[in-house]
Amino acid sequence: MKLSRRELLTGLAAAGAAAAVPSPAEARDRKVAEAGSVGMLYDSTLCIGCRACVVKCKEANQLPQDRATLNGAPYDAPPDLNGTTKNVIKLAAAGGRSAFMKSQCMHCVDPACVSVCMIGALAKNASTGIVTYDKDGCVGCRYCQVACPFNVPKFNWDKAAPQIVKCELCRHRGEPKKPGVRQIADPACCEVCPRGAVVYGKRSDLLQEAQRRLKTQPDRYEAKVYGDQDAGGTQVLYLTAKGVPFRALGLPDVGDEAAPALSESISHGIYYGMVAPVALFGAALLTIRKNRKQADEEGA
Amino acid sequence: MFEIATRGHDPATDDAFGRRDFLKVCTLAAAAVGLPASAAEKMAQKASSGAKPALIWLHFQECTGCSESLLRTSAPDVGELILSLVSLDYHETLMAAAGHQAEKTLHDAIARSKGKYICIIEGAIPTKASGAFCKVGGRTAVDIVNETAASAGAIIAIGSCASFGGIPAADPNPTGAQGAPQVLAGKTVVTLPGCPANPYNLLGTALQYATFGTLPALDELGRPKFAYGRVIHEDCPRRAHFDAGRFAQRFGDEGHRQGYCLYKLGCKGPATHANCSLNHFVEVPGAWPIGIGHPCFGCTEQKLAFRAPLHSTVDAKDFPPLTGPGTYPPITAERGGISPLATGLAGLAVGAAAAGGYVASRKISPDGEKKEE
Amino acid sequence: MSHPKPTPVGGKLLTPFFGVLLLFWALGTAAGTVRFLQGLGAASAMNDGYPWGIWIAVDVVVGTALGSGGFAVALLVYILNRGKFHPLVRPALLTSALGYTAGATAIVFDVGRYWNLWKVPLAYNGRYNWTSGLLEVALCVMAYTAVLWVEISPAFLERWKEQPGPLQGLARFALPLVEKAFPVVLAFGVVLPAMHQSTLGSLFLVSVTKLHKLWHTPFLPALFLVSCVGMGYAAVVVESVFSARAFRRPLETRMLSDLAGIMAGLTAVFLGLRLVDIVLRGRLGLAFALDFHALVFWLEVALAAVAAGMLWTSRGTRDAGALLRGAFAVMAAGGLYRVDVYLTAFDPGNGWRYFPSVGEILVTLGIVAVETMVYIYIVRKYPILAGAPAPAGGRA
Repeated sequence: MKLSRRELLTGLAAAGAAAAVPSPAEARDRKVAEAGSVGMLYDSTLCIGCRACVVKCKEANQLPQDRATLNGAPYDAPPDLNGTTKNVIKLAAAGGRSAFMKSQCMHCVDPACVSVCMIGALAKNASTGIVTYDKDGCVGCRYCQVACPFNVPKFNWDKAAPQIVKCELCRHRGEPKKPGVRQIADPACCEVCPRGAVVYGKRSDLLQEAQRRLKTQPDRYEAKVYGDQDAGGTQVLYLTAKGVPFRALGLPDVGDEAAPALSESISHGIYYGMVAPVALFGAALLTIRKNRKQADEEGA
Repeated sequence: MFEIATRGHDPATDDAFGRRDFLKVCTLAAAAVGLPASAAEKMAQKASSGAKPALIWLHFQECTGCSESLLRTSAPDVGELILSLVSLDYHETLMAAAGHQAEKTLHDAIARSKGKYICIIEGAIPTKASGAFCKVGGRTAVDIVNETAASAGAIIAIGSCASFGGIPAADPNPTGAQGAPQVLAGKTVVTLPGCPANPYNLLGTALQYATFGTLPALDELGRPKFAYGRVIHEDCPRRAHFDAGRFAQRFGDEGHRQGYCLYKLGCKGPATHANCSLNHFVEVPGAWPIGIGHPCFGCTEQKLAFRAPLHSTVDAKDFPPLTGPGTYPPITAERGGISPLATGLAGLAVGAAAAGGYVASRKISPDGEKKEE
Repeated sequence: MSHPKPTPVGGKLLTPFFGVLLLFWALGTAAGTVRFLQGLGAASAMNDGYPWGIWIAVDVVVGTALGSGGFAVALLVYILNRGKFHPLVRPALLTSALGYTAGATAIVFDVGRYWNLWKVPLAYNGRYNWTSGLLEVALCVMAYTAVLWVEISPAFLERWKEQPGPLQGLARFALPLVEKAFPVVLAFGVVLPAMHQSTLGSLFLVSVTKLHKLWHTPFLPALFLVSCVGMGYAAVVVESVFSARAFRRPLETRMLSDLAGIMAGLTAVFLGLRLVDIVLRGRLGLAFALDFHALVFWLEVALAAVAAGMLWTSRGTRDAGALLRGAFAVMAAGGLYRVDVYLTAFDPGNGWRYFPSVGEILVTLGIVAVETMVYIYIVRKYPILAGAPAPAGGRA
């Protein structure tokens, strides 16, 4: 079999092109929340900023205090989510008014962090949808931090043996003897919230409740449940007061498509069935062999 | 003390111990209204010189809790109060007179101190059925209030009932009970809501009027700002627990026993303007709702007391401005620094690479030509 | 073919230049010690907003792109069968092997839980997450670094074979094996870098909202692949010119100036792809937004355009200096593009900022210093560079 160099080169170039150029035909299906997935609903209009959730979260997750000095006195006042804080209450200002915002992992339906994690240290539970972390599978590459559109995963920058720190919905507090969904997980923040500003439950139930609130009190809320579709859907849902856009609460306009839907589609297109790399390898090998033979013949 | 008073001594002038004690009361009362110690001296002088404020105390729809509270203060005690501090000319539950004699006392008192006396109203005033629900001596409460207030130097509504209707005005309010400010629309009525009202707030107001002829600064609901200018939450002894996010979850739980914040149990402190947290009742330390482990129920607020459910929580929009140690992190904050040393080093490294590369290329150019030839 | 055979340069190792490198190594080691004892925050300015700093953006991403010389030259010599470039193969492979090893070293410094790194190739719990671009990069970089050392191994084996000693037996045994396996190894040496260099771009596809719209495009993998080849050739040019100067070897100007045209073409392709993509996706307006990002974008475009222009004009002139300047420009343009994607155009929001710390810069310089020292050592001792040994030894 004699393969002309031109043929080979054409094949090689095609394989190379296939390896680097996206093929839109391979767009991935949109992921939908599992029927049994659990989450939280945070209603900013109910929150009074008491931080009971922040304190209980630290207690439940055995996280050390984040000492800040305020007015000369040491306070446990985390400035943001960080290596010792999985949940924080922030104050947002929007158009002359203020609103509270609770930050923690959004437990995306299609999480970017899970999509990019090399050996599955971050994983999404197939039935509950909780995005979990396993330090034994983590090399500390921090790609999850790069990928997360909400800047949620945090890193122990001050530790020689660091970990990624993020809310896991207090899955360790779920117990069979507890009622209902609290068998799966039992977020401490929802347990202590004095106003029910954050509640835990099945995502479908919470979505229904959020929509009921929007319907019954249209003057109270911006007419949208953040997380219903945003970033491909999240299992933590948000309601905000009318006149306080979600953007002001630090919830970015991420669009309705999950980032991994795009990145995985492109990568999957390039590596579809490993055809392109294998073809490239085969073509390269054939060419190298042929060239070498030619050289030997010329040399002989 | 009661003994001294019954013996006819005037503690303001008689013995050193009594006078010091009396001054203390005046100082407390002055401090309550926010006046300096010199004012207390003046109050004491005025009171001992016989120019004691004349009080006419009217009772309507109420439980007499405000009177009881006043009588249960130990400094001044009841005798000192009545005999030395004020001239209680008419008070239906305290005076000995009854029937026509009592009616006559009222008329005499009004006539005697016309335009100077302080009219104190305790209890709500029923207005339905031409005021038929409350009559004293054959006259309706509305008539008595109007007549007594007409010639008063100052009008004080004590307690939540007199201030805005209180319990009698709670839904469905069958008697059409109203507070004194509503019945006496157009007149300045100092309201001292509370269930009961703190007696020091009354004493302070009354003594200020008697001494200086003025009333303390009032808010839009007629409440003296010295007592009702701040909400319970701002000066609550449990505030640190609130700021630290420590809340009692259930009555009797660990947090409750540890003295944690009672907000979740329904405390209305964040929306309730009153000075209970600073001025406990009847000089007993901790004698106020939050002090004994019960949430504040908002008795001084018309929109809360006897309206909002006892154990429901109040809204964030009712909170005072967020200041002090309870400040919150913002959504966006500048984070991550740029050290000048690192900037210099990076500039040096990049600059050295660029310059070195350029110089090298300049050096090489002729060299390369030469070698190729 | 009548090329001069590669020979060791020989000469003294401890020159003043080498002393300076040792100093940088010491400083880098000191900063690295702090990092390993007290955590990443103590030595670096990386933070929760910018979790990747210059150790990734410069040491790994730019470093391995400059280390693509082996890939680029192998492509030219073994695939396109341009045998005349053969003398460039060994130096290019050595630079690549060192560049990739340096990148791998930087990764060990950078990852927080480096003791878990072994779990990546061995699939901890059997859980390879194939949707992770970084997994592919990690596996490919590990494999390709090994491939590069196998590719360059004949240089060592040839040397050991001639010297009596314990390594002689190994060399005698291994050399024929390597030579037999060479086509397969070479084929891997083409496929693996093509895969991971494009994936280094794909890594930021997922940062839809964080990467500036002038940089975020589905063509990130293509742009990274094209730019790495150009940067690889540029690195080969720079390395050849400097080695020739330093070790008094004949300068392959004719050969290198032929590379100029290739580099000019690749840079033009890169620039065209970049601009056409932005125009077609309707994002050109952002380039005229009069902000920092637009400025950086035009700086990038200008550098690439200047590089392409310089190389195109220096194509036939045999002016090694102009060629060197062109190669530097290609490296700068490609390097800036990569740093922009990884750092400058990346904005996590929420007020985060990043500028490398002194510690990070020292570690980076230290790694480069060690890389250079090892290069000098190897070319002095092993047959890498073509041509006869200089009579009086090198200058470097």
